[in-house]
Amino acid sequence: MKFRVERDVLADAVTWTARSLPTRPPVPVLAGVRIEADASGVLHLSSFDYEVSARSEIAAEVSEPGVVLVSGRLLAEISRALPAKPVDVVLEGTKVTVTCGASRFTLLTMPVEDYPALPVMPEITGSIDGDQLTQAVAQVTVAASRDDTLPLLTAVRMEIEGEKITLLATDRYRLALRELTWKPASPDVSTVALVRAKTLSDAAKSLGGSAQVNVALATGVGVDLIGFEAGGRHTTSLLVDGDYPAVRRLFPDETPIHAVVETQALSDAAKRVALVAERNTPIRLSFSAGQVVLDAGQGDDAQASEALEAALVGDDISVAFNPQFLLDGLGALNTAFVRLSFTHPNKPVEFTGQRALEGDDNQEYRYLLVPIRFAS
Amino acid sequence: MSRTARSPLVKRDWGATEDGCSILHVDMDAFFASVELARRPHLRGRPVIVGGSERAVVLAATYEARAFGVHSAMPMQIARRMCPQAVVVPPDMAAYREVSTAVMEVLSEVTTLVEQVSVDEAFLDVSGARRRLGPPTAIAAGIRERIRATHGITCSVGIAGTKFVAKLASEHAKPDGVLLIPRAATVEFLRALPVGALWGVGERTEAALARWGLRTVAELADSDVSTVQRAVGKVAGAHLHDLAWGRDPRPVSPGRIEKSIGAEVTFPVDVADLAVVQTQVLALADRCASRLRSEGMVSRTVSIKVRTSDFRTLTRSRTLPTPTDVGREIFLVTRELLAGVDLEGLPVRLVGVRTEGLSPAHATPQQPTLEEATAESGHGRRDAERAMDLVRDRFGTGSIHAASSTAPKPVILEGHRPINYRRSETGPILDVTSPSG
Repeated sequence: MKFRVERDVLADAVTWTARSLPTRPPVPVLAGVRIEADASGVLHLSSFDYEVSARSEIAAEVSEPGVVLVSGRLLAEISRALPAKPVDVVLEGTKVTVTCGASRFTLLTMPVEDYPALPVMPEITGSIDGDQLTQAVAQVTVAASRDDTLPLLTAVRMEIEGEKITLLATDRYRLALRELTWKPASPDVSTVALVRAKTLSDAAKSLGGSAQVNVALATGVGVDLIGFEAGGRHTTSLLVDGDYPAVRRLFPDETPIHAVVETQALSDAAKRVALVAERNTPIRLSFSAGQVVLDAGQGDDAQASEALEAALVGDDISVAFNPQFLLDGLGALNTAFVRLSFTHPNKPVEFTGQRALEGDDNQEYRYLLVPIRFAS
Repeated sequence: MSRTARSPLVKRDWGATEDGCSILHVDMDAFFASVELARRPHLRGRPVIVGGSERAVVLAATYEARAFGVHSAMPMQIARRMCPQAVVVPPDMAAYREVSTAVMEVLSEVTTLVEQVSVDEAFLDVSGARRRLGPPTAIAAGIRERIRATHGITCSVGIAGTKFVAKLASEHAKPDGVLLIPRAATVEFLRALPVGALWGVGERTEAALARWGLRTVAELADSDVSTVQRAVGKVAGAHLHDLAWGRDPRPVSPGRIEKSIGAEVTFPVDVADLAVVQTQVLALADRCASRLRSEGMVSRTVSIKVRTSDFRTLTRSRTLPTPTDVGREIFLVTRELLAGVDLEGLPVRLVGVRTEGLSPAHATPQQPTLEEATAESGHGRRDAERAMDLVRDRFGTGSIHAASSTAPKPVILEGHRPINYRRSETGPILDVTSPSG
């Protein structure tokens, strides 16, 4: 095998393909990136850890076709460090030589025949605008659980119904829901999938730069897979198995009280006031006509407070939140104003975005957060 | 039953001046064994050991058994070998707790300044009770008499100016005695003891001090503070030097907050099946939660302890997203911790669960889950567990527990075929009954 490729192109492709390789793989070959050079001048790079697979294709001057398996991390680091010159890669016996300008590296290869076959990318189910996908995924994954205590909750629930996709995630203390539209391959598609939040956000971040991301789902036949594809890069991941709790019913039907505040101002004030809130202590938001007062700390502890303009509809209300959970929700909104809808100081509060102080809220994204309370 | 280093030289009369000696340390003698003797008088005078089956450890032993070298925390097998004629009585924790509560009530009638240290010992500050009840020695005699008369068990009392000296005094008063260490005699009393007698000096510290030639309290007291600090560290060094001179500023604090609540179990036979270990962990998590609730506390950190058949002990801990007193929340974390322990394929001998970082529930802000916040009252997990507490209070500790903490055995009902109960691995997370959407 022998080929020549541009440094930037190689570095990008190897870095992306090797990004999810395990540091301590169960079998050594899984730490590898498989490189296949074909006579038509295309390099196929692939990686797989039995859960997530990645494949990318780049153009190269191939003088001798062939296949090798080399350490993905090492090749990624080397290719990023090389000078901006064409890179020559040659297989000599069991070693691969990488030459670029005056730099020369020799890498050991691993047996290609031991490498597992990558899952086949399922048929395309539809496509989403790259920016929309990135934004929507970031908005819901903020509420997904990060520890494995309840493995099911590290996943995002993806509901596809024709032109509508709904993403849902919860860590039991808050719940995020985002609705978006896409272009389904078939107008009557209807399916549900649980995708690990980490995988989803990784795919959205690395492919979201493209104008369009193709999504492929295979459920019910053999292995349940989801695949994403954009700009010559494919990634697949196993779906999470299990019954996701029925969380949608947790959104309140009616909210007699709501308040509208400028999102950035509230977020900034909450960050300042939270400085005195020790771990697990709340930040209080007291809404009254025309204003909201934030405060934290009590008794002998340090205290802080700040007042902001707010439009309140309904009775005065005071709620307390975990500062981080509050900031997560405000940070995910992407709108100039936030509407907080209440039913009771101890019941979950719904956060939605709003363009202006007056007017209706946008129900596309909803963040539901349980207030903190003192035990009875 | 303490194994604190003692010295026969100091068990003597140190004087009768009681001025400034208002701290009492009351310690039951061989508590569990004494309770057993009180209800089995025919065993009096015989070596009696309270402990579980073969694999467990000695929980208490009468002084007759101790004469054979038996001591608490010793494996039962060794104890039986040392003293084959001993009568072994299985522990009855409920009975001991009952007597303990009654004894603490006797103490609280003397003064409100009672600091219970464990099930069988407490500190009292009697400075305010002197006018009413007389000098500390008279108060001590009164306490001992009442406990003996009502419960048929004996206790020893140490009287001194500080908690730490009072505790040492009660050690040296045992069994069934009183020892007063007058203020003026405190330093002399301490100097005769080995360093191991000082509070907080275990085997490690003892060895570290011995490397600097500090084997007795006298040697420690006479050396420079900086020498002691070099041996055991800055804070500990200064503290030990203070203790060696009888300085211990800690007051008797009745509102002592328990630092942790834990439970552990040694399996009768080493267990290789992790599902069995996990089932036990669930029961232990429930027990911790139940005790947290009865003490009105919530815990922030959960830890597990696993001892493998080669006596290697592994502990792992994790901080919870929000403080809790719910057994299920504790279990979820312990299950995760257990899965992360590398047992190297060895079977498990002992497993324990501990809840730490305790704070009073009424003063601790808690982050409820969506489920708890939206459920109508009486439907949350905490409410279910509280209901279980009530059942246990009324019908005993074994009367109710989580279905998944019982072994999945086929149950044969009369005239019916066996029913196999399937064990649920995780159970519902948000208690979902309706389909998604």
